Amino acid sequence: MLTINHFLALSAILFVIGVVGVLTRRNVIVIMMCIELMLNAVNLTFISFAYYLGDMTGHVFVFMVMAVAAAEAAVGLAIVMALFRNRETVDVDRVSLLKH
Amino acid sequence: MGAVAVGIAGAMLMLSEFLGPKHFFREKMEPFECGENQIVSPKQRYSVRFYLIAMFFIIFDIEAVFLFPWAVIFQQLGMFGFIEMMIFILLLGVGLIYVWKKGALEWE
Amino acid sequence: MASIPVPDISLGAIAPEITLALTAVVALMLEVFAEKKGRDHIAYISLVGVIVACFITFRLAGDPSWTTFSGLYVVDRFGQFFKLICLLGTGMTILVSVKYNKDEGIDNGEYYALLLFATSGMLFMVSGSDMITIFMGLEVMSISLYALAGYTRKRARSNEASVKYFILGSLSTAFLLYGIALIYGSTGSTQIDIIAKAVSSGSGVEAVLDLGIVMLMIGFAFKVSAVPFHMWTPDVYQGAPTPVTAFMSAGPKAAAFAAFFRVFNVAFPSLQADWWVIIWILAVATMTVGNVIALLQNDVKRMLAYSSIAHAGYILVGFVAGGALGSSAIMYYMLVYTFMNIGAFAIVTVVGRKGEEKTKFSDFTGLGYRYPLMAVALVIFLFSLAGIPPTAGFVGKFYIFMAALKHGYVYLAVIGVVNSVISIFYYLRLSVMMYMQDEPGEDLPPLVFAPSLIAVMIVAIYGSLWLGIMPAGYISFAQSAFLAL
Repeated sequence: MLTINHFLALSAILFVIGVVGVLTRRNVIVIMMCIELMLNAVNLTFISFAYYLGDMTGHVFVFMVMAVAAAEAAVGLAIVMALFRNRETVDVDRVSLLKH
Repeated sequence: MGAVAVGIAGAMLMLSEFLGPKHFFREKMEPFECGENQIVSPKQRYSVRFYLIAMFFIIFDIEAVFLFPWAVIFQQLGMFGFIEMMIFILLLGVGLIYVWKKGALEWE
Repeated sequence: MASIPVPDISLGAIAPEITLALTAVVALMLEVFAEKKGRDHIAYISLVGVIVACFITFRLAGDPSWTTFSGLYVVDRFGQFFKLICLLGTGMTILVSVKYNKDEGIDNGEYYALLLFATSGMLFMVSGSDMITIFMGLEVMSISLYALAGYTRKRARSNEASVKYFILGSLSTAFLLYGIALIYGSTGSTQIDIIAKAVSSGSGVEAVLDLGIVMLMIGFAFKVSAVPFHMWTPDVYQGAPTPVTAFMSAGPKAAAFAAFFRVFNVAFPSLQADWWVIIWILAVATMTVGNVIALLQNDVKRMLAYSSIAHAGYILVGFVAGGALGSSAIMYYMLVYTFMNIGAFAIVTVVGRKGEEKTKFSDFTGLGYRYPLMAVALVIFLFSLAGIPPTAGFVGKFYIFMAALKHGYVYLAVIGVVNSVISIFYYLRLSVMMYMQDEPGEDLPPLVFAPSLIAVMIVAIYGSLWLGIMPAGYISFAQSAFLAL
């Protein structure tokens, strides 16, 4: 029998995978995918709570998060494009001019 | 019962993996392109234009997420909902005009 | 089919935000439809939009607090005060940008549109009484800022700043959001006063709630750049175009603090005994790390970045103190900080010249003799940042540490005072640098002072001095603003 705990555990695991990915991956595009994964893990949490509580707020929040995630992804892609045009790389380790 | 079933299925998969004959040759390792010989290498770079289109697609596509629930209860929302959504679409239109005038939609 | 009733909507309450957003749209349309020559008018139209928004905010500030949009949005003096700070920051930034953008070839309408969109996000954030509003405002602000940080897109440093800001900013957003989700799950609402009821009655699931609050705190700590979540600040502040740095250090920080303060003091006052320790540790770490690392810097922009981290620490001291005193001290300090910090960055813009190649400490030598008025202005800003009387920075720090003392946080106040003493070293170092007789070998072109920049400096000097000499009116306004919260 699936309970709310299963969904919460799944979303927690997805969220942690995302965090670890952001912290360990070097490719900006992969990092963006990990951030997307984190946001979707949050969406799953919202939806399972909304279903469990029988409340619509969680659903509304998920719509907002989806729209924001899209805007973020678009701006992120634009930033990566600008980076690539200047530096011919999308590796965050090689982006390190700003050290004192 | 379930364990036995999983065990047997797993054992069969494993055995075929270990015992089955394997031949690797160049053609087999190539990406499958309808059985034809490869024309271009799949490892080439995409044009940066695709990224631009992808960005616009993400933005304009996701706005539909707000249109579907609105459409479902359009009757109950009445005039107020209609006006609100028209304002929303108008703002999207402003974005489209901006992108258009900037020439970001031209392929060449 | 029964029709759905229209919720209570008062467009008058969000008129400042609407004004800003419409001005931004006008700026965008002017960008694509107007002539390519002479783009200054877009800047001035944006400025008019900001001033109109200021007036509307001022008018709304008189009323007692009321909520609208089914409890999503609250109009109160606390919010209106922070809105005025954000609008002030934006207005000054627009004036700083005019000349800079022309030099760098980025005098586009998009720049001002992004500034205005970011500001409207901030205003939503400070007035949000529901997590949805706060989150949407935060994101509108952050996404505009990611783009602004990388606005000089041919410059590698600017690119790098925006990539770093984007990655760490999105990470912090995800944390904040997960916190909101967990709090929603345990209390059943995203509206902060309903959350408060659920929390104080103890009906929530405690483990989930605690985890949610910690996540929320991490998210906010990132946005206000508190140690240990400050790693992005120096790099982003140094790499971003200087007017954008000035903008980021004032308005967004004030907005993030306002939302942080509102959420924790309205939704979780019953758990204050649990969370004040964490904020206490954050405050001490932020002040100390910011000040000590600032001592070692050789780049003025980077030094000001670490100094802004340290100032976030002082504001966190006021946060720990809480109550009417702590909150009014924060509000006053944020106002003063906006004046003095944007003033300092305005001068860095001038000295940095084209391409921002002259932002090292050594580039400031001898300026005291060649440009005496400008040097005096910078000395005023630096003294105010250091908290030397009779500047406004001194009064701000005084109120913050007094608030901490009154509420019994003696050690915190002592650590804060020690930190202000440390900070005097690096501010003084830059001031002394300007009066050192050191003729540079190369012949540099003279500095250019555009009228808009002079206007900003006069406003900033007025703020940093007058608020220090005559603080009573502002303080009492800030105090009345908190009492109405």
